[in-house]
Amino acid sequence: MDFNDTPEEAEFRAEARTFLDKHVRPLKPGETAGGVLERDDPEIVKQAKEWQACKKDNGWACLTWPKEFGGRAVASNLNVVWNQEEGKYATAANIFGIGIGMLGPTIMAHGTDAQKSQHLERMARGDDVWCQLFSEPSAGSDLAGLRTSAVKDGDDWLLNGQKIWTTGAQFSEWGMIVTRTDPNVAKHAGLTYFIVDMKSPGIEIRPIKQINGDSGFNEVFFSDTRVPDSNRVDAVGNGWAVALTTLMNERSSIGAGGGGMRAEDLIRLAQDCTLNGRPAIEDSAVRQKIANFYVNASGLKYTGYRTLTALSRGTTPGPESSIGKMVGAPMAQELGSFATELMGITGSQISGPQETYLGSPGLRIAGGTDEILRNILAERVLRLPPEPRMDKKVAFREIPTAPPGK
Amino acid sequence: MNFDFSDDQKLLQKTARDFLEERSPLAVNRNVLESDLHYDADLWSAAAEMGWQGATIPEEYGGAGFGYLELVLIAEEVGRSLAPIPFDSSVYLATEAILLAGNPEQKKNRLSALAAGEAIGTLALAEGRGEVHPNNIETRFEGGKLTGTKLAVANGNTASFAIVAAKAGDGVALALVDLSADGVTRSPVDSIDPTRSIANIEFKNTPAEPLGDAGQGWEVLQRVLDRGAIMLAFEQLGGASHVLELTKDFTMGRYAFGRPIASFQAIKHRLADLYAAVELAKSNCFYGAWALSTDSDELGIAACNARVSASTAFDLGAVEMIQMYGGVGYTWEYDCHLFYRRAKHDSVVLGSPAEWREKLVQRLVAKNAA
Ligand SMILES: Cc1cc2nc3c(=O)[nH]c(=O)nc-3n(C[C@H](O)[C@H](O)[C@H](O)COP(=O)(O)OP(=O)(O)OC[C@H]3O[C@@H](n4cnc5c(N)ncnc54)[C@H](O)[C@@H]3O)c2cc1C
Repeated sequence: MDFNDTPEEAEFRAEARTFLDKHVRPLKPGETAGGVLERDDPEIVKQAKEWQACKKDNGWACLTWPKEFGGRAVASNLNVVWNQEEGKYATAANIFGIGIGMLGPTIMAHGTDAQKSQHLERMARGDDVWCQLFSEPSAGSDLAGLRTSAVKDGDDWLLNGQKIWTTGAQFSEWGMIVTRTDPNVAKHAGLTYFIVDMKSPGIEIRPIKQINGDSGFNEVFFSDTRVPDSNRVDAVGNGWAVALTTLMNERSSIGAGGGGMRAEDLIRLAQDCTLNGRPAIEDSAVRQKIANFYVNASGLKYTGYRTLTALSRGTTPGPESSIGKMVGAPMAQELGSFATELMGITGSQISGPQETYLGSPGLRIAGGTDEILRNILAERVLRLPPEPRMDKKVAFREIPTAPPGK
Repeated sequence: MNFDFSDDQKLLQKTARDFLEERSPLAVNRNVLESDLHYDADLWSAAAEMGWQGATIPEEYGGAGFGYLELVLIAEEVGRSLAPIPFDSSVYLATEAILLAGNPEQKKNRLSALAAGEAIGTLALAEGRGEVHPNNIETRFEGGKLTGTKLAVANGNTASFAIVAAKAGDGVALALVDLSADGVTRSPVDSIDPTRSIANIEFKNTPAEPLGDAGQGWEVLQRVLDRGAIMLAFEQLGGASHVLELTKDFTMGRYAFGRPIASFQAIKHRLADLYAAVELAKSNCFYGAWALSTDSDELGIAACNARVSASTAFDLGAVEMIQMYGGVGYTWEYDCHLFYRRAKHDSVVLGSPAEWREKLVQRLVAKNAA
């Protein structure tokens, strides 16, 4: 056992730092890294694109992607080293996660050569921002229940329907969408996957305000939106298999969402707040709670080390890597809630903990809810029997979607 | 980054598992539980022949001289099989105390007997309910004589010697005492896990020798407990992993309402949560193993993490196991209670998880201030 870098990792880390030092400044104490873009601010989008292009031009973008698509084909452990280092610098917002992390790999696995050469290099350079048009008002966890239709019209397809919760749609050049092309077959069999130009006529994007006041996601409406058949990804009716590729990449790219606040921050806060006339840190209920946060956060951190070890050896990480979001997201919420209460009356004023409190419910839903993640873990890792399905063999149009009589 | 055990270490673990599966199925644990044996003497000597008790004892004292990374993996298997041997107090605590604080004479006399399994050691700490604290130690160690009463001493029925926390002057000292010496009275008391039998022990002017420097007793004790906590956490981890496997298999085979009960979400989600608890514990245990094997500055914090995390996982597993087995889970005939007993015993034997959480925060606050 050894926490030190391998010689290869150490060399890569040094190289990364040299590049970062040249182009960006290290974070100041208390400052957080760029993070994700929540507001539709053209200036932030511009900065984000410039930083991505700078990384690309210097060989630091899409590190794990194959070289032919503009990546550098480095092993995943080195990518982690890069992420660790980049996280220490004041970089621009990252608005490329969905594209580079999820949609790029989907195009590589299922796209045509023309699609690959048209999009991947531009995606890597940050020329184009991408969004994921999956969820619909009546199809979230049950993604395959989506209703947005695509109907063949000459060489094109006509899209009609509504997507929702689409992160970044407001500043995306391109989107990836799953549509229903055949409602007369079983639910999963009637889906087809497309690349869609977000500036196409017939697309309307309406921002949705989140509970924290930001507007990271949107409703997207399609009315007779034309998509050329050359933008179809994989065969007609094969959309579910393609969507699964995207979802697998989503779950591996959304890590242990800490949501900003750490157990160490909580200790400092408890030293600042008073309870029963003494610093709250002296209260034993408070101490017990802090200890639990710390123990679980440490467990997650060292689980990450185990994953990294597997990657360093060129082997596939074990199933333990799947607990990150399932444990981390509810923990962030508890942490935010507890810290807010610790602050007493001033807890209602927005500072760090309140942001964690307001942001964490989204972490528990995006990319699979707590419940769905438990189902997946139970079925794929523990190999427990799947849920009995009422909808599997029925034609899609016959599946009930609401209580009878509504 | 290399946060894993080596192939050789894993091979050793596999050998330990195979051995215990053959020699210590749960029937062996039950046999001890249902008799007055306190432990399985044959298993204990077989373990000694393989060098387990002497894993961290240097070869010059008759040990096998493996190392901590090897010992914790053996511990995980001992915990997994609920082996009825007094590994905990003797190997993790008494041996460690002598290694850390013993003088050459004590090392020479005690360690080879420990390694050979001829001696069983223990720590005698508690004198009342709740935490052990310098303020509530009344046993006195003066002029080479020990007087006082210790409660619920681990393996107190079978141990051949004890390391006793006692007041010497104003401070706490550790006294090494043979339990066959004059003025020792042992009274066996009922243990929540009779395969870890306990006794109250009264000392009346019992001859004893100091272990370590006078005045350093409390610090040494903390170091011993930290190290022991990591080793015991591996036992708890082994127990928790086994519970998860058994419970998973049971719920797949038990049908209700025309389905395996494992297909009900209420069951699945709880098994998923248990899985997560076991993995968190495992990661914290790995960190503890690293801290132990490198004698890192992080050892104190790592010990708290491992102990709290592993206690949480094993306790949760043992509770959920009985619940998911239903009525049969609450019978003497089924094995669930063996885990339920051991889990709770392990949770308290080195001080409760609440005490270790408290210790963790003390250490974190000190670290933040530094
Ligand atoms: C911040 C944020 C960003 C997002 N970004 C995107 C994006 O960019 N693109 C996109 O396509 N989508 C996006 N989403 C949508 C997200 O994937 C869905 O919200 C999520 O999958 C849940 O679907 P839903 O909202 O329809 O809830 P529902 O599926 O209706 O769930 C409601 C409740 O029912 C539970 N439930 C549902 N099915 C089951 C089941 N089988 N067993 C047990 N419980 C169940 C859920 O766990 C939940 O508690 C985003 C969501 C958020 C919050």
